[in-house]
Amino acid sequence: MPLIPVVLWTDALVFLLLVVVALFAVWAARHEHLRAPWRRVVRSRIGVATLMVLLAYAVVGLLDTVHLRLKLDRAEASGEVRHAPEVLSLLDLALSGLRERQEKTYSAPFATHLHAKEALDQPDGTVIRDYPRLQHGGAHLADPEHDRAWDIAWRSLVGLIKGLSLWALLAAGLIGWLARHHGQPFDAVRNRILKGQTQIPWRTALGTLALVLILTFVIGELALKYHVLGTDKVGEDVLYQALKSIRTGLLIGTLTTLIMLPAAILLGIMAGYFRGWIDDLIQYLYTTLNSIPGVLLIAATILMLQVYMSNHADEFASLVERADLRLLFLCLILGVTSWTGLCRLLRGEALKLREIDYVQAAQALGVGHFTIIARHILPNVMHIVLITLVLDFSGLVLAEAVLSYVNIGVDPTMNSWGNMINSARLELARDPIVWWSLAAAFLFMFTLVLAANLFADVVRDAFDPRLRGV
Amino acid sequence: MTAYIVRRLLYAIPILIGVNLLTFMLFFVVNSPDDMARMHLGQKRVTEEAIQSWKAERGYDRPLLYNAEADGLASLTDTILFQKSVKLFVFQFGSSDAGRDIGYDISQRMWPSLAIAVPVLLIGLAFNISYALFIVFFRATYVDIGSVVLLVAMMSISGLFYIIGGQFLIGKLWHLVPISGYDQGLNAWKFLILPVIVGVVGGIGSGTRWYRTLFLEEIGRDYVRTARAKGLSERVVLFRHVLRNALIPILTGVVVVLPLLFMGSLITESFFGIPGLGSYTIDAISNQDFAIVRAMVFLGAVLYILGLILTDISYTLVDPRVRLQ
Repeated sequence: MPLIPVVLWTDALVFLLLVVVALFAVWAARHEHLRAPWRRVVRSRIGVATLMVLLAYAVVGLLDTVHLRLKLDRAEASGEVRHAPEVLSLLDLALSGLRERQEKTYSAPFATHLHAKEALDQPDGTVIRDYPRLQHGGAHLADPEHDRAWDIAWRSLVGLIKGLSLWALLAAGLIGWLARHHGQPFDAVRNRILKGQTQIPWRTALGTLALVLILTFVIGELALKYHVLGTDKVGEDVLYQALKSIRTGLLIGTLTTLIMLPAAILLGIMAGYFRGWIDDLIQYLYTTLNSIPGVLLIAATILMLQVYMSNHADEFASLVERADLRLLFLCLILGVTSWTGLCRLLRGEALKLREIDYVQAAQALGVGHFTIIARHILPNVMHIVLITLVLDFSGLVLAEAVLSYVNIGVDPTMNSWGNMINSARLELARDPIVWWSLAAAFLFMFTLVLAANLFADVVRDAFDPRLRGV
Repeated sequence: MTAYIVRRLLYAIPILIGVNLLTFMLFFVVNSPDDMARMHLGQKRVTEEAIQSWKAERGYDRPLLYNAEADGLASLTDTILFQKSVKLFVFQFGSSDAGRDIGYDISQRMWPSLAIAVPVLLIGLAFNISYALFIVFFRATYVDIGSVVLLVAMMSISGLFYIIGGQFLIGKLWHLVPISGYDQGLNAWKFLILPVIVGVVGGIGSGTRWYRTLFLEEIGRDYVRTARAKGLSERVVLFRHVLRNALIPILTGVVVVLPLLFMGSLITESFFGIPGLGSYTIDAISNQDFAIVRAMVFLGAVLYILGLILTDISYTLVDPRVRLQ
């Protein structure tokens, strides 16, 4: 076997999440009252545009979630197949060029020379101090000062054409499919999309897709020969780091809410539905947890986790595994600090719902408590759960950066925007300053969070019954 | 009223006991004091004597719950639970793992924290409310749409960016104020300007957006329609009716955070080198000083509960419809 798959804990949870989302999608598609709000989401222009951006991030994150170990090249004499100890992801393989083209230290975006001067041996035997050429960035240029701008422009153009051709192919496919689906001629569908007359705003969707594809291909084309976002202190490509960080950000944003979701839903509904001492107990539980300031609770738990991990270092097979467990634990503890809000909302909603006629009728007919909760209450609070999930996402992505800065976030060996900012922030004091690591981290984070914020607004407007008809 | 306050204070006790037990579990049961000692002294070659002396110096050598060697009441009081956790109830924070008196440090360091947190809160409040009123006055025009886009964009920017950007722009590029540091007494003002500006700007996005929603909700009410119907100008409607009614949720939102202002902001203070409680906590986290983290967790919980009680009281003061029983 050329490779063996590796499933980390967070990977398993992501796969579980995908299965749940798929099941929910099938279920929602069969129920008109669930399909209607989603239709509202995809009919909003902001909705589809942000959805495209979020999907682009999700694709990168998912590629980075499939982990494997490659077979080692040199065959063992015994015929036994050995695998490399290094755990890689599909994204690593796709970006293997970026990963392997390391420089010595800092270099600016599109630079051909290092950022720091070094002693260079001249052919005539003398030694001068100058900026040395990069080993990979722009190494194919004979005369960088003269050729670089032309080379960059030419490669961008090639990328642009490639991206546009792929986009044209996809757009033609979509229009063809729509034409068949509606039984209309190809040209008519195309014209309606161009004029923005379709119910689902395909024009916006295709426009965003074009933007994403062009950016991907232009950057991809340039990244073959340059460090598009420069390199960091140890010469690693910043673009590669920023792309690798996407998985961490997405995981923190989704798993955190998801891990605590069953508990929050169960406890919240139970408190509101049963009232009495169960309500008192659950309220006490979440007031206590809520009264500890979130950062301090996270700090205390992560400190304890560090103590545990350093005292039980032999229990973790590899660094990746350890970092992964720490990430999972961080999601868990972030979840503990954030589930109380959802729990309180659900309690209030359940209190209201239990007095509604159909629940009273079900009780009078002798239906069991848990059947009532499952059939009558749970479906009626799902929109709150969904809105909370989407609204919390962006805050959690931002929280990761702050926590990593305080060293109570993800493992320092793990790629994350917080770690990028943390290691780059002191470099602002250098002269000339090193800004690209910070800029890359902030830019990637900003795009994701902005898209998530806008998408969350659309979802909330579509699902919140109070806003219907406004 | 007094009876209500007393009862609320009594309700706080079981919650604080819960917080206390939770921290006790977290700090002493999940990891034994031996683990902590080993962590502090370095991993591998640590002798048993070194661990014992580290624990003895800090009072971690007592039994956890019950001291069988002591007599009478001392068998309960001469334990880690009592010495390290129960004493927090009377704000006896003890000494940190580095040997300093935590209570004294807190009393010294809360002033710089307040010197930043209070101006940030007040200026932020004034700015955000004015801006939100301005947007609502021009609602459903390009001013409104443009502002909302701006606010969502500002919300999506990481707080770290505001700090780093502010330090770079104002401190390093324009050389207007020092980048970080602190001074005693009134000389501190020039160190405070930058953190306050950064704090206010960082809060504009979510703050203004929240107030805008509040005002818009209030503007849809019947009494506003009545006020307009009797011929009041939009300005009078906005300031006399909408603003005053919307102030109720705004006020309660502010009161709940008032006590927590003492805790300061972890990130801002450590970036700007302000010797407040926020940077105190950060230092404790990075030095793995468990005693300080424990004390701060408890203090934070106390202040949070205080905020909740103050909120309930302020409700009765500003909204005559709310009656406490």
